[in-house]
Amino acid sequence: MIALSNLSVVFGRGTPLEKTALAGLDLTIEAGSFVTVIGSNGAGKSTLLGVLAGDVIPSSGRVTIGGRDVTRVATAERAKLVARVFQDPLAGSCGALTIEENLALAAARGARRGLGLALSGRRRETFRERVAGLRLGLENRMEDRMDLLSGGQRQALSLVMATLAGSEVLLLDEHTAALDPGMAEFIMGLTQSLVDRHRLTTLMVTHSMRQALDHGTRTVMLHEGKVILDVAGEGRRSLGVEDLIAMFRKARGQALDDDALLVS
Amino acid sequence: MSQIAFLGAVELGLVFAFVAIGVYIAFRILDFPDLTVDGSFPLGAAVAAVLILSGWNAWAATGAAMLAGGAAGLVTAFLNVRFRILNLLASILTMIALFSVNLRVMGRPNVALINQETMLTPFYGLGLPDYYVRPLFVGVLALVVLLLVWRFLASDLGLAMRATGANPRMARAQGVKTSVHIYLGMALSNALVALGGSLFAQTNGFADVTSGVGTIVVGLAAVIVGETLFRSRLILLALVGCVLGSVLYRLAIQLALSSDVLGLQASDLNLVTAVLVAAALVLPRLRRGRAAA
Repeated sequence: MIALSNLSVVFGRGTPLEKTALAGLDLTIEAGSFVTVIGSNGAGKSTLLGVLAGDVIPSSGRVTIGGRDVTRVATAERAKLVARVFQDPLAGSCGALTIEENLALAAARGARRGLGLALSGRRRETFRERVAGLRLGLENRMEDRMDLLSGGQRQALSLVMATLAGSEVLLLDEHTAALDPGMAEFIMGLTQSLVDRHRLTTLMVTHSMRQALDHGTRTVMLHEGKVILDVAGEGRRSLGVEDLIAMFRKARGQALDDDALLVS
Repeated sequence: MSQIAFLGAVELGLVFAFVAIGVYIAFRILDFPDLTVDGSFPLGAAVAAVLILSGWNAWAATGAAMLAGGAAGLVTAFLNVRFRILNLLASILTMIALFSVNLRVMGRPNVALINQETMLTPFYGLGLPDYYVRPLFVGVLALVVLLLVWRFLASDLGLAMRATGANPRMARAQGVKTSVHIYLGMALSNALVALGGSLFAQTNGFADVTSGVGTIVVGLAAVIVGETLFRSRLILLALVGCVLGSVLYRLAIQLALSSDVLGLQASDLNLVTAVLVAAALVLPRLRRGRAAA
């Protein structure tokens, strides 16, 4: 479970460039739910994920994950609780390491790292099986460097890496935005099946209204650092992309220039 | 080149192989351009020489030299991690501070180790000429260190260190405390450089406060020559490349200085070094350019 209470984040406080990214945001996410987060640029979506991951320390408010107060806990120290897939396929894995080395790194997330061999025979076998499950043929390229792979392949492996070690929360930061439509669909399907199989509490930031409604159990819209729409269950099922756009427009108080961008 | 000159160059190359492996860890694994080595190399030589002269066992003295080198690396890492001083600048600060420290350690600019018990003394009496014993001893030690470093980099801890240098944001997201790994890697790197310094003092019979000047260039040259030899990203080959690169570099220098045709003399060493390093940097690029054309 995630609980965010009265969360504020202000960047560059006291300077001419002062920017309020989150303004007293309250949000509680039940264990096992899959929340999709939408909002215009600058609404605070990325900051929200940053606060949960530990990259951004809030100016005020409280963050608890799985009952533990992590408001001021550094990224590396809360990695045991939080798994993450970045928007940039290059950001979530190490290009200079091989596929299996990246997996070994992720498998030890949150655990003590000692002098034991990172790639023992048994671990290798486990990794191979997990990668084979992707049906991308990557199980035969386990010793290839990560930077030889395409963005989609890297993103698929990032998802596997995020689920190798147990975690309380899975954070997805527009993780299909940099991919071509076919690959984006594949990654979304993979995401859904991994979330279902591991019963992960998931927060997915997306720019696509379609994605936000088609996946997950609850949709949250952010605007100027606050939650302005929060729908789940029956109310959400009856909601269409058009309705969302209307709300979006109302929130911004202006007509959108390019609806097509949002419907995609 | 005479046989003795050849073996002398090999020996010096093997001594600097430790420097090369240290530089590889800082520059390539951690992506930390570290000039501390210009200070930690003579520090290792000074600490080992002074302790040997005061009656310490040579192996223990070398261990102490490595600890001193590791401490120097920690200082640089501390300046960078704790106070956010640019890595290059942090290492330059430690480097110039070490010049004074080394003078303090020795009490004078140089110390002679004539007729002292060194790590090599027990092996001199075994029938082989000294100029064979030295490169053999240092070579075996280099092999041991190479294997240990390789094994370390293949461990969970070593993998986390490699991720720290390659993609720190991802490393943190995977629970790697990147600052801890910068401390650890810098300590390891400079401990190895100090080990090289200690061996330099013991094989040459002296420690000199100026012997550190240009250590970084030599170490980097060895790494680059090694990378030119094996264009593989495998860690083991990269480490072997450091050792071979260091030896080849010394042989190339020796060849250049001893060839009468070129008319070079000992004082041209730094110029030759710079030309060789520049060549090692430019050649792979030329080769790539031709392949692309």
